[in-house]
Amino acid sequence: MSHKSFVWMCLLPLAAVTAAFFVLPMAHLLVTGAEGPRGLPEYLAIIADPRYRATLLNTVLLAAATTVATLIAATITGLFLQRHRFPGRAVMIAILTFPLAFPGVVIGFMIILLAGRQGTIGDVSSRLLGDKIVFAYSIYGLFLGYLYFSIPRVILTIMAAAQKLDPSLEEAARSLGASPWAVLRDVVLPALAPALVASGAIAFATAMGAFGTAFTLATNIDVLPMLIYTEFTLAGNLATSAALSVGLGVMTWLILALARTFTGNSVAAAG
Amino acid sequence: MRNRILFTLQFLFTLLVAAFLAVPAGLSIAAGVTVNYFRGIQSGVTLQWVAQVWELYAGTILASILIAVGTLAVTLVVGVPAAYALYVRGGRLARVVEEIITLPLAIPGLAIALALLLTYGGFGSFRRSWLFILAGHVIFTMPFMVRSVMAVLATIDVKSLDEGAASVGASPWRRFVDVIVPNAAPGILAGSLMVVTLSLGEFNLTWMLHTPLTKTLPVGLADSYASMRLEVASAYTLIFFVMIIPLLVAMQWIGERGHSR
Repeated sequence: MSHKSFVWMCLLPLAAVTAAFFVLPMAHLLVTGAEGPRGLPEYLAIIADPRYRATLLNTVLLAAATTVATLIAATITGLFLQRHRFPGRAVMIAILTFPLAFPGVVIGFMIILLAGRQGTIGDVSSRLLGDKIVFAYSIYGLFLGYLYFSIPRVILTIMAAAQKLDPSLEEAARSLGASPWAVLRDVVLPALAPALVASGAIAFATAMGAFGTAFTLATNIDVLPMLIYTEFTLAGNLATSAALSVGLGVMTWLILALARTFTGNSVAAAG
Repeated sequence: MRNRILFTLQFLFTLLVAAFLAVPAGLSIAAGVTVNYFRGIQSGVTLQWVAQVWELYAGTILASILIAVGTLAVTLVVGVPAAYALYVRGGRLARVVEEIITLPLAIPGLAIALALLLTYGGFGSFRRSWLFILAGHVIFTMPFMVRSVMAVLATIDVKSLDEGAASVGASPWRRFVDVIVPNAAPGILAGSLMVVTLSLGEFNLTWMLHTPLTKTLPVGLADSYASMRLEVASAYTLIFFVMIIPLLVAMQWIGERGHSR
């Protein structure tokens, strides 16, 4: 067998598996989205139908809030951990990165333990204020959950990017009399911009499409993945759920693709 | 003075973020071995909840391990040769193929699961078998294996290794098995750890694809969160942590060794 045909043989199983279990099903999903009573305009329902539009807006706002909060928290901690050496630093980095592999359901449970009916926040608040604060089963609980799983991802990216920064630029700025805030604003943050965009895009896309956390916290939280799930399982509305999930998939893919053309990095969302 | 304050503030903030991530995980571990979570740890330490989880959910744990091993086997057999082929061939086709197999990472699992259900839901015996979930896991984890192996191939001189072996008359197959695979071993190992970890924790696809007779660990977890007492749910989560933390430690260790080289 020639080397060339051997290379083709190596590709064949992957092509077969991908075609059968990804390309073909996705094509099927696209077709099904247009097969409902509304036909092709079903795809516009995500924007045209007031109820779906409200859900979409809700999802986008939640994802945006998650992204902003994550970027702020992760930039502060990532920069701090990259620049200072202190006892316990390695343990702290381990703690901050391990939740990377927790599935969405487990993160939902973490939020229940924190802010649920038997949660720590409720416990502390009822002792201090006499009022039991419980918010795990609402959109605020979901926000906290998304924060929980995006912080580790973003911290890792920020730390890697901060390692490559040129310290002499900051020293130059300082020696010219720039305040720490001015150094951060004019030197450090612009240099971190590609990493911030890339990891922010991952956080945003993941928060848009995540299902496990919302599913664990409450089935009536008004976000797009839950809407798709209930349309499919409760309403049996195949065309709508297919059209909505194609819409969601296109949005998350576009966000990641845009971030990638901007930064030249390959990025991924999961969870 | 000012630097001191800045340092302290940043340190406290970092501590707060670490606590946010660590406290609930610690609580769930503690709750899983506490007699009564509401009364606190002074009510006593017990393994009764772990035993109860094993009684109720042992099937899901074994199923998850089997599916993870199966997913690993398929991604190895299919993904490693493909990574080699994509790397050697290069060019436009390789980029397009890589783009397509990476798409499942950018599309929510819910959409992929729906697509699989619409396409294969009618094939009863496939739909009801473990293979249905396995197919979903393979699609979701394949890019990690392929890209991990390709990344290692890019750091070694595949071409001269391959040509060297060819000059002594080795067949393409022997060259792949005896020369390429051993040299790509670090990438294969890293990819394998990633595949197993992701498969063990996969929920979004699996929840849609499972049947009452095909439940995996995360599906069982969701079930226990919804219907069991907090101690049982925590003990179940504890078992999950015990399963994935060694994998995570191994991954971090390999990552650090890779960096220091």
